[in-house]
Amino acid sequence: MNRQKRRTGRRHPLATVALLAIGLIFTGGAYAALSAGTTAQAETDLTSQQTIDEGKKLFQANCATCHGLSGEGTGTGPSLVGVGAASVDFQVGTGRMPMQMQGPQAQVKPVQFTDEQILQLAAFVASLGPGPSIPPAHLVDGGGDAANGAELFRINCAMCHNVAGAGGALTEGKFAPALTETSGVHIYEAMVTGPQNMPVFSDMNISPEDKRDIITYLKYVQDNRSPGGFELGSLGPVAEGLFIWIFGLGAIVAITVWITAKSN
Amino acid sequence: MSTASPTTGTQKRSFTTAAAVYVNERTSVAGFIKELGRKAFPDHWSFLLGEVALFSFVVILISGTFLTFFFQASMAEVHYDGSYVPLKGVEMSVAMASTLDISFDIRGGLFVRQMHHWAALLFVAAIGLHMLRIYFTGAFRKPREFNWVIGFTLFILAMAEGFTGYSLPDDLLSGNGLRIIDGLIKGIPLVGTWISFLLFGGEFPGTQIVGRLYSLHIMLLPALVIAFIALHLVFVVVHKHTQYAGPGKTQQNAVGPPVLPVYAAKAGGFFFIIFGVIALIASLFTINPIWNYGPYDPSPVSAGTQPDWYIGFADGALRLIPPGWEFVWLDRTWSFNILVPLIAIGIFIVLVLLYPFIEAWITGDKREHHIADRPRNAPTRTAIGAAGVTFYAGLWAAASSDILATHFSLTMEGVIHALQAVVILGPFVAFFIAKRVCIALQKKDREIVLHGFESGRIVRLPGGEFIEVHEQLDEYDRWRLVSFETYEPLMIRPNARGKITVGQRFRASLSRWFFEDRIAPVTKGEIESGHGGHH
Repeated sequence: MNRQKRRTGRRHPLATVALLAIGLIFTGGAYAALSAGTTAQAETDLTSQQTIDEGKKLFQANCATCHGLSGEGTGTGPSLVGVGAASVDFQVGTGRMPMQMQGPQAQVKPVQFTDEQILQLAAFVASLGPGPSIPPAHLVDGGGDAANGAELFRINCAMCHNVAGAGGALTEGKFAPALTETSGVHIYEAMVTGPQNMPVFSDMNISPEDKRDIITYLKYVQDNRSPGGFELGSLGPVAEGLFIWIFGLGAIVAITVWITAKSN
Repeated sequence: MSTASPTTGTQKRSFTTAAAVYVNERTSVAGFIKELGRKAFPDHWSFLLGEVALFSFVVILISGTFLTFFFQASMAEVHYDGSYVPLKGVEMSVAMASTLDISFDIRGGLFVRQMHHWAALLFVAAIGLHMLRIYFTGAFRKPREFNWVIGFTLFILAMAEGFTGYSLPDDLLSGNGLRIIDGLIKGIPLVGTWISFLLFGGEFPGTQIVGRLYSLHIMLLPALVIAFIALHLVFVVVHKHTQYAGPGKTQQNAVGPPVLPVYAAKAGGFFFIIFGVIALIASLFTINPIWNYGPYDPSPVSAGTQPDWYIGFADGALRLIPPGWEFVWLDRTWSFNILVPLIAIGIFIVLVLLYPFIEAWITGDKREHHIADRPRNAPTRTAIGAAGVTFYAGLWAAASSDILATHFSLTMEGVIHALQAVVILGPFVAFFIAKRVCIALQKKDREIVLHGFESGRIVRLPGGEFIEVHEQLDEYDRWRLVSFETYEPLMIRPNARGKITVGQRFRASLSRWFFEDRIAPVTKGEIESGHGGHH
């Protein structure tokens, strides 16, 4: 009897589980509420003085070592006067900046700032001089003409990024990154700002609508897996040759060994 | 009772027997089947590699026939109007549009297209592996020299088949490949430009090339491949198959199960296994996604543009040439950046083609050889093979230099320079290492035959000494280790007129290079005396 009594209430065997569940729900709920709050705040006014001041503080704490206290540039980092908000949103938003180390080019790594902080930084850098701004949502939503975008992509981008956006090699350790995960807004910003070794594709060169078409094509490739099965990295004949030698011929040689094995 | 059962048996089999007799009376096929069905076929996994090539070729023929029903080899311009959205309305050739239709709008089309392409990659790979087996076991020696030449011709024909097929869809990748071929041809002094105009029917790309390549791809080249395969197989039957050394296996016989019934059944089953493996790969893995590449247009080139693997060595050779090898002289452009790779590859191909004759001349051996060598027992040949493989592999890897650079975080220049070293110095290093390894393995074999292998049993002798007991091999295992031949360097002898010619000196020096370092097989006498004096 005594024993049964002890197995009810807070001594129930499932009490720990229930406690854990409650704890997790609260933590998760709080996190969701807070991050929802951040998104709500992301409608930051890029021109307000308060945002610019916040951005300046962040900039001086995190970027000034290389880019100078007011973004004028130093021996180790270029001037940011006139690079625009788009440049900051791309470089910081993809984790390339702050740069981990000097090398052939800035590597993608986990993003260091919240969306709000990135916008504050962008607002500050944009205040230094006129430059490309962050594109409006309707240009990066992927609602354009994929066929036109694909043709433009092949003509202007594929020689470095590969026709399927799988990336490619450049000289001296530099490379064109794969575009298989890149968001529409970052693709657009890369085109207008020309990060790393990429040339600038200005609006005179490729119009905003054409840029939207290119993003549409890349989104199509990202969202639709190859109709032929696994893509093997979309790397072309090298991956195919490696596959047939290692897995195709490998499997078949294993079968020949099996066929000619002597039964014991 | 005993007389009754055969009668019923005969009645039961009567139809088969009657049919067989009927056919035989009109074709005399029985003698042929009897002869062929009793052919012995030695059993070893490496003897099936040629069959893999043959069976993948059958898959190529079957899938290719299906594709010819739907592919249109025309370069007329159309606007694509099929199911693939990112190409809708794009101007392209009929060839490209029909390939897209095969991929997206014809039931099973993409599957068969992928089977065709994967089988083609497997076909050439299997030929390559088969050739390596023949080379390293010395199975090209008399009487099989011609069959080596036929087989190597098949390898070249297979590459030609592959390249013409790769060029047919008229997508960006195939057009880039053709442009490289066009550049190679134009790099030949004096005649290059005219040959290019002849091939393309005018300036590149023109409107002719796809139709012409199609005729080659589905008519001329397959006919040649089939003819050469038939010849190849006839020679295999005429010469009988080689076999590895073993008890009861001699230069005069072929030991193995007869073709009929079990071996034929196994081979038939093996065909379906190959078919199945190719079908499985084709159903799971994309190959040549032309929809990504889009129609050919001479201006764009994609990053990571490479030929299929078997042309890679030629592409790699072009990539490894340092800059500045093209200059103007006598009012002509001399493209040594193209001529040097062409000549180097040409020499390599001729050397491989003629290797059986070269080796036969060096050894001066006129006997027939039906026992395949173990690679270690022909150290210099194995070392030459290793050098050739290294040379080829260096060129081959160079074709993927950009992929190597991006995927291993290397610099493009570093990859190219490293591979230049591999192609030029690598063969010498490989030769040296392979030869030393072969001789070391031969020494180990000799040691085992003479002294047996370590049994792990430690015995203390009455005098206090500890020894490990060595056990002798049984006779079957020993046979494998001792039955091989060595050659000695040729002696230079004056000819009938008492002179030593330059040719003879050259031959003698090659022979010395081949056979100076050698380990002689253990003789019967050595084994017998060895047993007495040891534990």
